[in-house]
Amino acid sequence: MKIHEYQGKEVLRKYGVSTLEGYVAFSPAEARDAAKRLTEGTGVPVVVVKSQVHAGGRGKGRIKEHSTAEVLAQVLRGEENVPGKGGVRVVKTAEAAEEAAKDLLGNTLVTKQTGPQGSKVRKVYVEAGCRIARELYLAILLDRTVARVLIMASAEGGTEIEEVAAHSPEKILKVWVDPVCGLGSWQARELAFQLGMTGKTVNSFVKLLAGLCRAYDATDASMLEINPLIVTEEGECLALDAKMTFDENGLFRHPEIVAMRDLEEEDAQEIEASRYDLSYVKLDGEIGCLVNGAGLAMATMDIIKLYGAEPANFLDVGGGANKEKVTAAFKIITADPAVKGILVNIFGGIMKCDVIAEGVLAAVRETGLQVPLVVRLEGTNVDLGKKILAESGLAVIPADTMADAAEKIVSAVNTYNLRLDESSVGSAR
Amino acid sequence: MSILVNKDTRVICQGITGAAGAFHSGQMLAYGTKLVGGVTPGKGGTFFESGSFRVPIFNTVKEAVEATGADASVIFVPPPFAADAIMEAVDAELRLVVPITEGVPVKDMIVAWRYLQGKNTRMIGPNCPGIITPGECKIGIMPGHIHTPGRIGVLSRSGTLTYEAVGQLSRVGLGQSTAIGIGGDPIIGTRHIDALKLFHEDPDTDAVIMIGEIGGTNEEEAAAWAKANMTKPIVGFIAGATAPPGRRMGHAGAIISGGQGTAEAKFEAMIAAGIHIVRSPAEMGRKMAEVLGR
Repeated sequence: MKIHEYQGKEVLRKYGVSTLEGYVAFSPAEARDAAKRLTEGTGVPVVVVKSQVHAGGRGKGRIKEHSTAEVLAQVLRGEENVPGKGGVRVVKTAEAAEEAAKDLLGNTLVTKQTGPQGSKVRKVYVEAGCRIARELYLAILLDRTVARVLIMASAEGGTEIEEVAAHSPEKILKVWVDPVCGLGSWQARELAFQLGMTGKTVNSFVKLLAGLCRAYDATDASMLEINPLIVTEEGECLALDAKMTFDENGLFRHPEIVAMRDLEEEDAQEIEASRYDLSYVKLDGEIGCLVNGAGLAMATMDIIKLYGAEPANFLDVGGGANKEKVTAAFKIITADPAVKGILVNIFGGIMKCDVIAEGVLAAVRETGLQVPLVVRLEGTNVDLGKKILAESGLAVIPADTMADAAEKIVSAVNTYNLRLDESSVGSAR
Repeated sequence: MSILVNKDTRVICQGITGAAGAFHSGQMLAYGTKLVGGVTPGKGGTFFESGSFRVPIFNTVKEAVEATGADASVIFVPPPFAADAIMEAVDAELRLVVPITEGVPVKDMIVAWRYLQGKNTRMIGPNCPGIITPGECKIGIMPGHIHTPGRIGVLSRSGTLTYEAVGQLSRVGLGQSTAIGIGGDPIIGTRHIDALKLFHEDPDTDAVIMIGEIGGTNEEEAAAWAKANMTKPIVGFIAGATAPPGRRMGHAGAIISGGQGTAEAKFEAMIAAGIHIVRSPAEMGRKMAEVLGR
């Protein structure tokens, strides 16, 4: 689960991490008030208005409604010096903050990470300005190979870590945290010296990193990225950005984090799926799939592609799917207008094929299926399951193997699309 | 005859009185697994009954091991308590612990994994279907009836994709020495490389189907090891070639992040290691038959 920058900073402050003062604003007027409060409070006549969307790369992003297709293409390719204003604006007056907010709020921000559809800006974070001496990169995440928390830092703040990793991996410093002892102060100091810090900045960094590690550990975070982590001209270290992602499996311990979930940032069908405990990810193709088991679900997507079509989704109904879950899954798949056919692939283990067959039929009757449906059943009670489908009188296309199923659905969808084309040509006449 | 489990393996079930634990304990007993005890704190002294089977329940793993001589444990304890159950099994010096539980927090697994270091317990999972030596011992949730005894090792992360491979093998007349599902989480006790080593050393395994999926670098690590050490043929498949980056595909570990863990990189590592890859998940069994000249 992801949260916004302003929420991330709220979490971090609880663990003693230094950030700048800031306020979230939902309207241009609120942004102006926030800016006024900040400039009066700090005496620094600069504030930053930052779009709050879950995707990264906001500064280099561009507003879709104000940009040409060429500009957006440049953003998506990750080019430098793209013309126009980004999703993060530095302004010098409250009025300018209001203008910036007006420009951002309600519009769509396209960044390298959002993809061409972009992400709607529904709130901005208005943050105090400061004098930056240095920008660094810092991230805390899981290193799967050693099953430990890893801290990665680099002197190249502001740049995406993937780029640094690609052109100069030796510039990425790494420190592993022993789960028994936690992060040692000596480890933090080592890192500070390696990053070229001196004097009181070292202590400020050690304190900041200890706070970040505490926050990561205490909230079951799966990723905490501070890009940039800055050193001010006064020599203090601050988290200027905060990107936090949490381990879904740990959320049961953190109702306060769950409360920060922003459903508007998520796909409506994915939210619906999570209500039924279905694992669903929307994709761009036209063949919907309903599968039991994550591995088999991915393999089903792959085989659809091998037969020349694209999957419309990943959907794992899980091990204990019943009629209700299958029906819900069907509704979610068919709610996507791009879906032109459905492939059900079930390897019944504990889940019996006859139960799945009944579930599929119930779902088809309830949702009034408009597109071709191929069902491949295998495993426990497979013959009974196939018999139920065959005797249903519904237009379910049975398949024996995964290859057979993929071939049948791709060909059925091609025929279906052809018929659609013909009928639209017919009505145009 | 197999790796890790056989007809002599004595198994206890932690969480035997829960819904999943009870159901699958019944299934394991019916398959012929020597399930000799169960553990549910507070229910020690009672019995678990399923059909004609009657299995004693203990309060702690240590008690269960002392009374039954168990050497393996299967865990169905709910996610918040799963890591604790794993560590209890390790402390009781069981040879093998198989947590089936899905949804264990990574933070808990980091601690359990650390606790395992230097101990003599092997962990398979968590978030896995378990391990089966057909006709002898089934520890986990896989449907026993699709398996046939034989000489092919099957190694995969996920449940149903393992069943798919087993089903395809059985269809072409190839039985399995042992099939092992190592789990879909980012932190797991037995990785591809560990299972490959075991199959390599097993005189009754002739060849291995290794199935990977996007995320992490376990498959690359296993492929590099196989290239240097393994003489038995391997048929390989990677699931998730069509998965977009940055999205978790059901399994907590199945995510391409920072350009790492793509299916293509894993296929390439397999090809470089001389593994017989199949791009289609429907071809695993047939490819194995072809490689073995059957």
